[in-house]
Amino acid sequence: MLELAIKGSRRYWGLVIFLLAIIGVGFISYLYQFRIGLGITGMSRDVSWGIYIGQFTFLVGVAAAAVMVVLPYYLHNYKKYGKIAVLAEFLAVPSVIMCMLFIFVDMGQPLRVLNVLLHPTPNSVMFFDMVVLAGYLFLNILVGWTILGAERKEAPPPKWIKPFIYIAIAWAPSIHIVTAFLYAGLPGRHFWLTAIMAARFLASAFAAGPALIIILCLIVRRFTKFDPGKEAIQTLGKTITYTMILNVLFLGFEFFTAFYSQIPGHMHSFVYLYTGLHGYSQLVPIMWLSSILAVVALFLLIFPQFRKNESLLAIACMATFFSLWIDKGFGLVVGGFVPSPLEKITEYWPTLPETLITLAVWAIGFLVLTILYKIAVSVKEEVVFDKYGEKQVQTE
Amino acid sequence: MSMNRREFLKIAGISTILGLGGVSAVHGLRNRVEASQISPAPKALKAKRWAMVVDMSKFKKEEDYQRCIDACHQVHNVPNITDNPKHEIKWLWKETYEHAFPGTEDEYLSEEIKHLPFLVLCNHCDNPSCVRVCPTKATFKRKSDGIVMMDMHRCIGCRFCMAACPYGARSFNYKDPIPFINEAKKNLEFPTRTKGVVEKCTLCYERLATGLQPACVEASKGALIFGDIEDPNSGVRKVLGARYSFRRRPELGTRPSVYYII
Amino acid sequence: MYNGGKIIIGVIIFVGLVTFPFLYSGGKTTAKPDPKVDTPEILKLAENERKCVEPKAYMKGEHMKMLNEWRDWVVRDGNTIYTATNGKQYTMSLQNTCMKCHSNKKKFCDECHNYTAVKPYCWDCHIEPKEKES
Repeated sequence: MLELAIKGSRRYWGLVIFLLAIIGVGFISYLYQFRIGLGITGMSRDVSWGIYIGQFTFLVGVAAAAVMVVLPYYLHNYKKYGKIAVLAEFLAVPSVIMCMLFIFVDMGQPLRVLNVLLHPTPNSVMFFDMVVLAGYLFLNILVGWTILGAERKEAPPPKWIKPFIYIAIAWAPSIHIVTAFLYAGLPGRHFWLTAIMAARFLASAFAAGPALIIILCLIVRRFTKFDPGKEAIQTLGKTITYTMILNVLFLGFEFFTAFYSQIPGHMHSFVYLYTGLHGYSQLVPIMWLSSILAVVALFLLIFPQFRKNESLLAIACMATFFSLWIDKGFGLVVGGFVPSPLEKITEYWPTLPETLITLAVWAIGFLVLTILYKIAVSVKEEVVFDKYGEKQVQTE
Repeated sequence: MSMNRREFLKIAGISTILGLGGVSAVHGLRNRVEASQISPAPKALKAKRWAMVVDMSKFKKEEDYQRCIDACHQVHNVPNITDNPKHEIKWLWKETYEHAFPGTEDEYLSEEIKHLPFLVLCNHCDNPSCVRVCPTKATFKRKSDGIVMMDMHRCIGCRFCMAACPYGARSFNYKDPIPFINEAKKNLEFPTRTKGVVEKCTLCYERLATGLQPACVEASKGALIFGDIEDPNSGVRKVLGARYSFRRRPELGTRPSVYYII
Repeated sequence: MYNGGKIIIGVIIFVGLVTFPFLYSGGKTTAKPDPKVDTPEILKLAENERKCVEPKAYMKGEHMKMLNEWRDWVVRDGNTIYTATNGKQYTMSLQNTCMKCHSNKKKFCDECHNYTAVKPYCWDCHIEPKEKES
């Protein structure tokens, strides 16, 4: 099926070249970082993780979110998701690849990456995270490719793939729970040391991921002959509504525990993030932006009459995605380091090369996504009737 | 036997991967140096678990602190990075009371105590959280004497240990440290570090192996007491038995091996 | 021949790539390395004392593995003394044992390593002995 990726329109190639250009600039920045060290980033002795690990954390969630489509489709036989299951699985693949790349660019000694396998350490959550991510990547490529291949031949998917599908469904939340455990088990980091961290991670992931899937579905419908289906998009919108409500609730629980208990260590990071602490307030504007976006998203999602309007749903999805991207991809990581366990404040902001490298990793992800979606959509365009015999709606 | 090109390529690919893996595994086993004739040095200082008591009553002048810090940083080739405080490397340093013991200060605490500098270093915890999180065992607790060691050869620079340490005892080499080491004072018997690895106090394991006390202890003129905490007759146990002592953040369950007395 | 032109161009590119290293070096050969063991520190020793921790052939083939093992024994296990096959004891240390005798790093280490194009990262951290310019 790979040959479908090299036959495309000018617009397709334009996008590919645009992404390659961003990757090129980021690659040069990475060579600079490789030579000088991580000192070219904004990270410091006190804030020792920054946007790289933040993006990694966020993207593990996006990868895990495929399960929100795959689970209803395979376990509950929700046929409307038949058209977009592959799109969800193929979103997980570039997400995991980006996760791995973000870990890699964050390493001080990247050439020693194999030490993790040479000296396996089961008590380290980082080791576990590597293992489950690699497993999840394999499962999604296997399942997505096999099912799409079967669809192309207009045959039902082979029976042996079933167990892998069920394993992948159980595996998806596990990758994000393990990622939450990276943070939630560290003594002296009050902001992260909370049992609801894993639950909050899952809620935010299952909002941000499906939001991205809806946006991608709308783009696919706009630019190709393949229609993912109005009903599938609406159902996914309902999922986002509930998970986003849960996510905001969980954040509220954190606020309650911190501010009703009045324990200084539990309050400090929240104070720093939302109002500034001892005159340091670099992150306050973006945290408020995240909060406002969350309110806008909830407003549009909760009322069915807004949600049923696809343009408003698109806005709600964008608001959800960017709100969570700021909250989890940035605030969550930096907030854990400020103030430091010694109650000192060092602020963090990514530098230019760090930003270019981050953009390049995203571009690599989008490139893989573009190629996979190109293949998937080409197959789907060929098959006019899906396997339940439902004619696909032509928009043009 | 019928086999199409696709199947042939699949089988050939998989056998190549398995073959290469197998060869390297056998290779690795065969070529270990045939030697078990190794031993600790006979004059090495030994303990079940090393511990240190910092007697703050003996740190009176600026110079009392600096002597210990300089001894440590010089003997271990610790770079003096002053151009960017974010990239600082510290093994042994001063921290005021409010930062060394956060959460214990109150609003009526005298300014003098609040800003009293304490000498701080890696606590060589009995239950170290940094060791728990390291994905490569680059940082580990030595079974023989409880030192929380750093294997700088193995560190991949993921900085998980820095997030896990509640004492800020770990420094990361954000850039090549060698230009920041005073060439004239370089200790040629001890290595430097490279960019991209984490480092911290190693309780002078290299000096203990040759029968010497840690460099800071030697320079402290009795202000730092060093010994085996599991030996009831050791110096540290005698001090701890006689005077009120406290540790940094004991509520976190890391069980630090560095004690403070005032 | 189907696609004859393409095949011929492909073959030319392939041959070019394969022979590039030879053409690039102009057929010259690099001088065979000749590591020297005539440092002042070694010459100071009595004739029969001039021996490495293990026999020359073993050191030549296995020194890299030995250094790796030494490293783990010292840093990880806290064992610092190595008893050689001839019964003599040495402190395991690259900087303080090996390089004390082999104080000519450029001639002793670098020449072979350059010849075989291996780049050990020992010297990223370990301090090389000060060599007198000759």
